[in-house]
Amino acid sequence: MTQAASAPLLSVENLSVAFGSNPVIHDLSFSAPQGRTVAIVGESGSGKSVTSLSIMRLADLAGAKFTGGRILFQGSGGDIDLLSISQDQARHIRGNQIGMIFQEPMTSLNPVFTIGDQIAEVLMLHENRSKPDALTEAERLLNLVRLPDAAGMLKRYPHQLSGGMRQRVMIAMALACRPKLLIADEPTTALDVTIQAQILSILRDLQAELGMSIIFITHDMGVVAEIADDVVVMWQGRKVEEGPVEKVFADPQHPYTQALLSAIPRLGQMTGEPFPLRTPLTVLEDGAPKLVGERRVQDTARMAEGPLIQVRDLSVRFDVKKTWLGRTTHYVPAVTNVSFDIHPGETLALVGESGSGKSTIARTIMQLNKPHSGDVMFDGRPMSQMGLAERQRLRRDIQYIFQDPFASLDPRKTVGWSVAEPIRTHGLLSGDREITRRVAELLERVGLPAAAAARYPHQFSGGQRQRICIARALASKPRLIIADEALSALDVSIQAQVINLFMDLQKDEGLAYLFVSHDMAVVEKMSHRVAVLYLGQIMELGSRAQVFENPSHPYTRRLLSAVPVPDPTRRPDRPALEGEVPSTTRKAGEEPVPVTLTELAPGHFTANT
Amino acid sequence: MAGFLLKRLLQAAFVVVVVTLIVAFAVRLTGDPALMIASGATEITEADLARIREGLGLNEPFLTQYLNTLSGLFTWDFGNSFIGGTPVARLIGSALPATLALAFCAMAVSILLSIPLGIWAAVHKGRGVDQLIRVVSLVGLSFPNFWLATMMVLLFSITLKWLPPSGMVGPASFIMPAATLGVILTATNVRLVRTSMLEVLNSQYIMVARAKGLPERTVLYKHALRNCAIPLITYMGLQFGGLLGGVVVVERVFNWPGMGSLAFDAVASRDYPVLQSVIMVLSTLIVLVNLLVDIAYGLVDPRIRTE
Repeated sequence: MTQAASAPLLSVENLSVAFGSNPVIHDLSFSAPQGRTVAIVGESGSGKSVTSLSIMRLADLAGAKFTGGRILFQGSGGDIDLLSISQDQARHIRGNQIGMIFQEPMTSLNPVFTIGDQIAEVLMLHENRSKPDALTEAERLLNLVRLPDAAGMLKRYPHQLSGGMRQRVMIAMALACRPKLLIADEPTTALDVTIQAQILSILRDLQAELGMSIIFITHDMGVVAEIADDVVVMWQGRKVEEGPVEKVFADPQHPYTQALLSAIPRLGQMTGEPFPLRTPLTVLEDGAPKLVGERRVQDTARMAEGPLIQVRDLSVRFDVKKTWLGRTTHYVPAVTNVSFDIHPGETLALVGESGSGKSTIARTIMQLNKPHSGDVMFDGRPMSQMGLAERQRLRRDIQYIFQDPFASLDPRKTVGWSVAEPIRTHGLLSGDREITRRVAELLERVGLPAAAAARYPHQFSGGQRQRICIARALASKPRLIIADEALSALDVSIQAQVINLFMDLQKDEGLAYLFVSHDMAVVEKMSHRVAVLYLGQIMELGSRAQVFENPSHPYTRRLLSAVPVPDPTRRPDRPALEGEVPSTTRKAGEEPVPVTLTELAPGHFTANT
Repeated sequence: MAGFLLKRLLQAAFVVVVVTLIVAFAVRLTGDPALMIASGATEITEADLARIREGLGLNEPFLTQYLNTLSGLFTWDFGNSFIGGTPVARLIGSALPATLALAFCAMAVSILLSIPLGIWAAVHKGRGVDQLIRVVSLVGLSFPNFWLATMMVLLFSITLKWLPPSGMVGPASFIMPAATLGVILTATNVRLVRTSMLEVLNSQYIMVARAKGLPERTVLYKHALRNCAIPLITYMGLQFGGLLGGVVVVERVFNWPGMGSLAFDAVASRDYPVLQSVIMVLSTLIVLVNLLVDIAYGLVDPRIRTE
């Protein structure tokens, strides 16, 4: 036992992996000690997922070639090199001695089989259990991951479960055969912070209970600080840093690690600041960190001018069930009695979990949803009284940037065509030469070369595509830009650059932003005022300082406490957050109860609940 | 599920009524059957024509005539053929099983061939096997069915004398017509299976199934195939309907005593009761097949069941 405990459970030695002639991992070595958690950190393309798939031997199924090295695993049958065994042998280790959970809980479960069948399948395969026996065990596992009504859960299908519940099912499935090693590939990235906190605490408890090792792959340094014992930092397919988590955070050696740590928005970093701050960024130039950009107080909001947008008692409903005759029997009150203003040059952030109605509000302002009651006023003109021409004109003044830069550009059109589209649609410029010149100007404005216009979206990275989307939004010279989770899909270093771009544009063009986000730290960094939403209603509204430094509503405090702190010496001792956002489907005729707001301080409102 | 079924059933009934109404109306647009029947006679008076019309029930209002024909679907009484006076129900009663049997055989051939081939091509995407299957299926697609049928008769019946060239005289008779129809269906289905399989194989849950340590066969035929089922069932349901209506040519070539031959003869001799009834029975069958397809959706995909 002493011998086994001292030797690492898994050691990756000089691993090199290539796809075709394209090497993606170079000479990677690290080990996963017994019972500890190793976090592999890196940005997209750093090779961290390929590493985990190589350990599972799933990488070669997807066409990867192992060009060197070995992966030693202390299996139940002694030391084996996972790279030299056959796929048949690897199958007996996958799901049995090594379990894996994936990033997308929404698509990780097979939609046509019940939860019970999917968990029982593993047990029947590796432990030769009978179906009834496997189902009993599956129920025990569902209890283990703290799912309510485990017995009923067995008969349900994935689409009937929320993302958080599905990720728990995934964990139960991965742990079914009590693996010695669990690989978790970005298991909480797609989840709300409160759900993320629940999943992390389940993983921590189960690790202590089962004594397994965890390899945790993530790009979120906050999560790393919270869960990891050791850290491996990967960059461009190579390991650039390795060490105990406290040491890596306190004293990062490699310039890339330093740049990565400096780019993370940290909750509480703005305490005492009255306005958002544009801060310089550490970027890598020829392998050396360099600070670029100016530090500037973002005092751009022109609060003295009349509000640009006034949302008044806005309610939006979606019908979910109808009778045969088309009469609504059930609806979801997505937004109920929401009121707020956005002033020129101001950034207002809407924050909340999924289902809080934040995107619905944004889409209603963009005229993509119809209000059920209430109104939105632009420059004091109610939208409900506008004619078609005026509404069309409004689409010029308000532009939208979506979350997924991969899906929001037409893959078959050049970048220049996409950026020019608003100009053509609204007839802002005539003459191809003028349009080309304007497109070049816009691309340079967002930090891309003018030559980018002739290229296609797939030739750009995620961050560059989001810049293209920003250029397109700027093309019609809008006064308000709605950014709907526009930074969520980007790596932290890219995210920090895009935040600065947003702030620079705001200063130069006097833009107002409606910033929809679930990331509290980013919101704290760049917004003037914040509205916290829960179940379609405002729980708290105030200046950034008011909401973040003096959170008055319990829900705001709950959201803030769930955010992982990127500091391993300050692991939060938060009370276990339980429960999920409830479903809000109502019968027709049953009205949601609107909350009333109390003004605590000038401009700081909190709901009386 | 019960509500879902009831809704689909009512929709199907509505479609049957509309389709048969259009058929009845369209048939009457093609001319006066009395003139057609009388066309052989040397001297014909207006009174004779009126007598023929009376005898055929053509003086009834359109709606009454329509309802009479429609009720035939339930009472299995479609009146008599103009030619020879045989009850139409008896003609259909012998032709329908022949056509259905042929269609089932053709579908079976195509399903048994296209699913494994399509999956095989998808798994080996871009490699030699995949290219070969795609090229062969393109060649298969390009064959006109009458040409393929004639070539088969030439080879297997006339040259090799292995198979009966025409008619329905035993199980061996099924081989050539079913193969002709089946091969052409297979050509399209292989491509459909391949495309839907490629999409499903890229899903995260396939990666998860592999990460569980499942054998590749279980991953493909259990986890992946079930998820391709919706497009496959939809398309194959349409194909089956198409088969019922589209067997005319192949039935002619092989002199198959089915609905296609019956309809062909009825058109040639302007035998309206037979033509109208054949179309009504076939269109009702097609609606029924689509109803079965809808029910199958619910069985295959729990998301539709709980909708």
